[in-house]
Amino acid sequence: MNTLSNSLTESRTQNLDHARLSQGDVSDFFALLKPRVMFLVVFTALVGMVISHPDVNPVLALVALLMIAVGGGASGCLNMWWDADIDAVMTRTRKRPIPAGKIQPGEALAFGLTLAAGSVLILGLASNWLAAGLLAFTIFFYVVIYSMWLKRSTPQNIVIGGAAGALPPVVAQAAVTGHVAWDSIVLFAIIFMWTPPHFWALALVKSSDYERAGIPMMPNVAGADSTRFQILAYTVLLAPLGMVPVLMGFGGLAYAIISLVGGLGMLALAIQVYRLRQGEPAMRVAQQLFGFSILYLFLLFATLLAEHGFGFFHPVMG
Amino acid sequence: MADQNSSYRLTPEEQQRRRRRSIALGLTLGILCVLLFAITIAKLGPQILNRPL
Repeated sequence: MNTLSNSLTESRTQNLDHARLSQGDVSDFFALLKPRVMFLVVFTALVGMVISHPDVNPVLALVALLMIAVGGGASGCLNMWWDADIDAVMTRTRKRPIPAGKIQPGEALAFGLTLAAGSVLILGLASNWLAAGLLAFTIFFYVVIYSMWLKRSTPQNIVIGGAAGALPPVVAQAAVTGHVAWDSIVLFAIIFMWTPPHFWALALVKSSDYERAGIPMMPNVAGADSTRFQILAYTVLLAPLGMVPVLMGFGGLAYAIISLVGGLGMLALAIQVYRLRQGEPAMRVAQQLFGFSILYLFLLFATLLAEHGFGFFHPVMG
Repeated sequence: MADQNSSYRLTPEEQQRRRRRSIALGLTLGILCVLLFAITIAKLGPQILNRPL
C-alpha cells in the first residue's frame, strides 16, 4: 500500500509541469468574459425587460439579468478559446489572456462551459425554460454557428452571426413575461441590421489585420468598394427600422427625435463612407461611422430605458 | 504531500495569483448560495408561511 502511494506521488511529481500550472489572475479570467460586450448584452437585455412592463419579482428579474450577462460572458470566453490562434496574429487581440499565455486553452474551455451551463440552468430555475432555451440557443449560435463555422468560411459571417448579439432583449423579455412579443423582435431586428455597418466600418480600417489572420471579412473578399455599398444599403434599411418602435407605440416622443436624428446621422456618415474611397479621409470617415454607430445604438436603447424605466414616455402614436 | 515532493516551487507572485483565484472562487460560490436562496424565497414568496406543517 505504502509502495503504491509512493509511486503515485512520484508519478504526480514527475507530471507536475510548470507550464501546466495556471498563470492567470482573476482579472485575466474576467477579461475572458469580454466585459465590454457583456455590458452591451446587459444593457440591451435590460431594455428588453423594461419595455415589457413585467409583473415580476424584482429579485427574479435581477437574477435573470445577471444570468443573461453570465451567458454572454460564457459565449465570449468560448469564442476566445476557439479563436486563440487568430487572436495571436491580430494586433487588436494579441494581448488577450490565451494568446498572451496567461490562461491555458483548457482552462478557458472549462471556465466557459461551466458558466454557460450554470447560467442556462439558473435562468431556467429562476425564470422559465423558454428563456433558458433561448439563452442556450444564443450561446450555441455565437460559439458554434458564428465562431466555429461562419467566421472563417464566409464574408457574411458577421451578418448571420449578428443574430446572437441581437437576441438578449428577446431572452430578457421571455425571462420576465414567459413569452416573446413583437416589441422585443423589433429590438432584435434593429441590432441585427446595425451589426453589418458597424463591423464593416471597422473591417475597412483593420482590413490588413483580418487579411493576416485569414478571416474572410467583406473588404478582403468582395473589396472595399463593394463593402462601402453594402454599408450604405444596410444603413438605408437601418435608419427607418430604428423608428419602428414609434410606429408600434412603445417609442415615445424623445425616442422619435433621437431615432430620426441618429438615423440621419448614420445615413450621412454611410454616404460619406461610400463617397470617400482613397487615403486618410476614407479611413477617418470609416472610423467615424464605427464610433457613431456605437453612440447611435446606445442612444436608441438608453432613450427607451428612460421612457419606460423612468417615466419619460410621451406617446407620439395613438 | 505532492507539493513537498515537487521539484517546482511556486514563486511569490504565482502564490499570490493562486490565492486571489481561490478567494474569487470562494466568493463566487458564496454568491451562488445567496442567489439560490434568494430565488427560492422569491419563487415561494409569502406562501412559504402558509403551508401546513
